[in-house]
Amino acid sequence: MSLSDELYRETILDHYHNPRNQGEMDGATVEVEGVNPLCGDELTLFLDVAEGSIKDIKIKSRGCSINTASGSMMTELMAGLPLERAQELVDLFKFMMLNKDETVELPEEMEDLEALQGVKKYPVRIKCALLPWNTLLEGIETARESEAGKPVKGKTVSTE
Amino acid sequence: MEIFGLVYQQVIEKAMFDVAKIRADFPILQRQINGKQLVYLDNAATSQKPVQVIRALTNYYENTNANIHRGIHTLSEEATIAYEGARETIARFIDAPETKSVIFTRNTTEAINLVMQTWGRQNIHEGDEIVLSAMEHHSNLVPWQMLAKDTGAKLVFMEVTATGELDMESAKNLIGPKTKLVSVTMMSNVLGTIVPVAELADLAHAHGALILVDGAQGVPHLPVSVQQLKCDFLVFSFHKMLGPTGVGVLWGRTELLQKMPPFMGGGDMIAAVWREKSRYNELPWKFEAGTPSIADVIASAAAIDYLQALGMSQVREHEIDLTSYALDRFAAFKHATIYGPLDSSKRGGVISFNLDGVHPHDLGHLLNDSGVAVRAGHHCCQPLMRDLDVSGTARVSFYIYNTKQEIDLFFQALEEAEKVMGNVALR
Repeated sequence: MSLSDELYRETILDHYHNPRNQGEMDGATVEVEGVNPLCGDELTLFLDVAEGSIKDIKIKSRGCSINTASGSMMTELMAGLPLERAQELVDLFKFMMLNKDETVELPEEMEDLEALQGVKKYPVRIKCALLPWNTLLEGIETARESEAGKPVKGKTVSTE
Repeated sequence: MEIFGLVYQQVIEKAMFDVAKIRADFPILQRQINGKQLVYLDNAATSQKPVQVIRALTNYYENTNANIHRGIHTLSEEATIAYEGARETIARFIDAPETKSVIFTRNTTEAINLVMQTWGRQNIHEGDEIVLSAMEHHSNLVPWQMLAKDTGAKLVFMEVTATGELDMESAKNLIGPKTKLVSVTMMSNVLGTIVPVAELADLAHAHGALILVDGAQGVPHLPVSVQQLKCDFLVFSFHKMLGPTGVGVLWGRTELLQKMPPFMGGGDMIAAVWREKSRYNELPWKFEAGTPSIADVIASAAAIDYLQALGMSQVREHEIDLTSYALDRFAAFKHATIYGPLDSSKRGGVISFNLDGVHPHDLGHLLNDSGVAVRAGHHCCQPLMRDLDVSGTARVSFYIYNTKQEIDLFFQALEEAEKVMGNVALR
């Protein structure tokens, strides 16, 4: 029995081995890169945003299991959401991962993400889980600032 | 017969590398990590410290602490003698012809930056070429990028062969009349490759260029003579060779150091100061502005004493033995890819590897659960990672206190990690 069995739960390994919405997107309106320079996680986030909603979301990732699984679950959650709701959920997820004391109740659509609570015990890995979400925050901001229908690249998100 | 027996006994003792005895000198090896015996295989990042080095630090602070070079009281005198004595120990260790050519810095990185800012700015101009290898640590790459950007000089790179050795053909093609400096690692911190420095020195000198050797990985593990390496500058740090953090060395040929301008201005590096100008101190103090890391320098000499008592050739033999053993076990490990030369006589005790389908960061995490400390990531060699087409690797690296039993524990932990990550039903 490894100590990390709780960390590497089936949900996480499933998303790691079969990440959802993986790859590049033709016709993305927003493209943002995210990197964790210390451990080498890298991803590119593609969003198709129209009328204030995320019509489609894809991630091309080269990262560890925690990073890949977190991004995969995030894309499942975000597809179809208005930007405002997407931002609320990012904030909620980040609150869950960063607060040390409380166990955070997640809404039903975020149930799978509870598997990532195990990461909280390993402070160095939290940034792996957060990278896709921080990258999405930049993507949301970029989408808001850009003119409708014009593809833009956001600033690269780097987690130290 | 009696006498013959005694001599024989001494010869045997010298030849024997008593790892159990060595391990007893390293308190940290008693630590438990996650309830398991610590197996420390991250020596290329930093080594552990024996009690002899730790005692040198506490003894200095408990009995001798004073600033050097300027007091007339007993403590200052003792501190100065110990500090300058360390310089002599180090000069002997690297076979330097003159003690004054050993300059203390904070670390290897600072020593390289010193050469870049002083010799480099004086001698490198637009159109000149600086020859590096494709496996340099960022510390022997980024400073030269900065210099090239400022001067208009060009960086060119000697390639690495498919078997992980330095491609001497590419070295011969690149080192030429435009070359001003060859700056190269003595041993790769990723591939373990030992670079034929003396051959490169001959090539550089044939074209009037200089050679700087980054000994951060090489000096702790190989017998070193600056005269045999034929280098012009050698840089290394003590924290990778049983010493404290915070001390590095620049050794340079005396006539070069004498011509170089100071690196930093301040106390200790001056001979006389007026309101408008200063006359600089002699070697080596010209390059040592401000109060240095006195205790750490003194403890670094204790680290060298420890290594010399073992003998650097014996240190090397021990690491070849461990590396061969680990390479054999890796060969039997189905899903592992290892990087670098397969012949342990051509490499140091550093093995980078990946397991199919497992990110090195996950691997490092899971090995830690079993008490095994390895490095995972790009190892400050991002360009080499791109050449290898990987985002990173896991890496084990050995030193004097490691054992085959620890390598067995590592492989056991590796099997467990593979079980956790690999659960093939999910793939």
